Amino acid sequence: MLKEFTKGIFKENPIFVILLGLCPTLGVSTMVINALGMGAGVIFVLTFSNIFVALLKDFIPTKVRIPSYIVIIASFVTIVEMVMHAYMPSLFASLGVFVPLIVVNCIILGRAEGFANQNGVLVSILDALGMGIGFTLSLLLISLIREVLGSGTITLFAMGSFDGVIEIPLLFNAPMRIISLSAGALLVMGYLKAFFNWYSSRARG
Amino acid sequence: MSEELKDLRIESSPQIRHKDTTSKIMWAVIIALLPSGIWGVINFGWYSLVVIAVSIITAVALEYLFCRVLDKGSLLDGSAILTGLLVAYNMPPNVVLYVPIIATAFAIAVVKWSFGGLGANWINPALAGRAFVFFSWTGAMTTWTAPRSWAAISGASVDSVSSATMLSTVKTTLLDFSGTVDGPAQLLIDQGYLVSNFAQNISSWFSGTLNWDISPIHVDLFLGNVSGCIGEVSALFLIIGGIALFKKKIITWQIPLSYIGVFTILVWIFGGLDYGTGYFSGDIWFHLFSGGLMLGALFMATDMVTSPTTPKGMIIFGAGAGFLTFLFRIYGSLPEGVSLAILLMNIFVPMIDRYIVPVRFGTKKKRGAA
Repeated sequence: MLKEFTKGIFKENPIFVILLGLCPTLGVSTMVINALGMGAGVIFVLTFSNIFVALLKDFIPTKVRIPSYIVIIASFVTIVEMVMHAYMPSLFASLGVFVPLIVVNCIILGRAEGFANQNGVLVSILDALGMGIGFTLSLLLISLIREVLGSGTITLFAMGSFDGVIEIPLLFNAPMRIISLSAGALLVMGYLKAFFNWYSSRARG
Repeated sequence: MSEELKDLRIESSPQIRHKDTTSKIMWAVIIALLPSGIWGVINFGWYSLVVIAVSIITAVALEYLFCRVLDKGSLLDGSAILTGLLVAYNMPPNVVLYVPIIATAFAIAVVKWSFGGLGANWINPALAGRAFVFFSWTGAMTTWTAPRSWAAISGASVDSVSSATMLSTVKTTLLDFSGTVDGPAQLLIDQGYLVSNFAQNISSWFSGTLNWDISPIHVDLFLGNVSGCIGEVSALFLIIGGIALFKKKIITWQIPLSYIGVFTILVWIFGGLDYGTGYFSGDIWFHLFSGGLMLGALFMATDMVTSPTTPKGMIIFGAGAGFLTFLFRIYGSLPEGVSLAILLMNIFVPMIDRYIVPVRFGTKKKRGAA
């Protein structure tokens, strides 16, 4: 049972192993806080859509299952969108179009189609949490590298006297700007994928 | 390739042995590039020599590292030195030293060795390195040193603003320009752009004795008395180097000629529109000798690894690069587009090579077949 949870983080990591959800990954990974917000949204939507798909799988006719999944997913995305708009307007603004686009995030539809409609509720929740956390961690890693190199900062939540932005001494004055552009997203993503491939091939022997 | 496999290499027919080796070609290109670089150092001072040296040292050090770690390739083939040299030629003379270092590192480590070393890179390493640092440190990459000849002009105040390249001055002036002026050369003179005393003399000599009207701007551009990247300023020395390479049959005529030809025709047709002189009035000499066109068309676009293999493909490649350079330079937001145009066409090379297939040796072309 626990394997269903951990597989999403390492062995079947959605971003680096099964290469799903790359569009938001490349799009929003310019700041660490974006990754956190996006990750939280995806975990929420993924978990609830998996629960509902697992519950309703016997009632949904096979022929219209994809539209049905989309309806379920879209409902939860709307919730996320409204909550984020109301309580975190700045995060909502910087994520922009990628929040409503969670609807067509391949990870969520992929898990609904590939896992939740064949498995029970509890396992589906574990799968969703694992996948969501795997997605969030990968996104965090990419955005950390991109923000440190590309802007020379690490942006987190503002708390008390701390305004949420850590400046990296040398890089802040002359950041490697291209890393925060889309070319940098593909470069960072490609090298991380190459590294993980190398690492897993070495571990396998 | 391991020793026992060496005799089993299969190449497409006809198989002809040629005495040119990679290192011979690389060293010939390096030598052909030298005059332009020497002129750059004379024109901009010793610091530009430091930039060149730093780029080459970085390139060679990284190449050595990759050769050792991956156990392939050779330091002696000169390709790393050439990449370092070309990166330095694409740097402004007063650039902060970490910029050429990172550009060279990107060229060698990411563009060249990530894809398998010499011959496996799919875009020109030096240009990719330049693009990488250009979009990262745009400020450092667009601050220029005044050319040496300006010091002799009396009463001229030279700062980094007034030493902007001709192309960028033209671009910023045209942003809010309406009216009619006789091409970019006259526009620059109206703006008070400095021309060297030497060019003034040449220009007045031509108009005096031969009754030829040659703008001193064109003379300065052709000789290289202008601000710009270290190795791109002197069209004269680059053309000499290019002709030498052509004579040694290291470059063929297809790419430079189609590149420059298409670019020239398009500039001639559309280049005058911004100056209010209508169609067919573009200043072709200004655009030919300014910016990185000569360096790009003669030395960068002709890179053997990243250009098509067939003559027909080369013409398509050059024409595409010329068209893109025209678009970027005349209508783009950046003043110069040679490097981006060549990089974009590099990406199309596999496609060109796929569709332009040479007729197989010994077979007859079918009548009516493409």
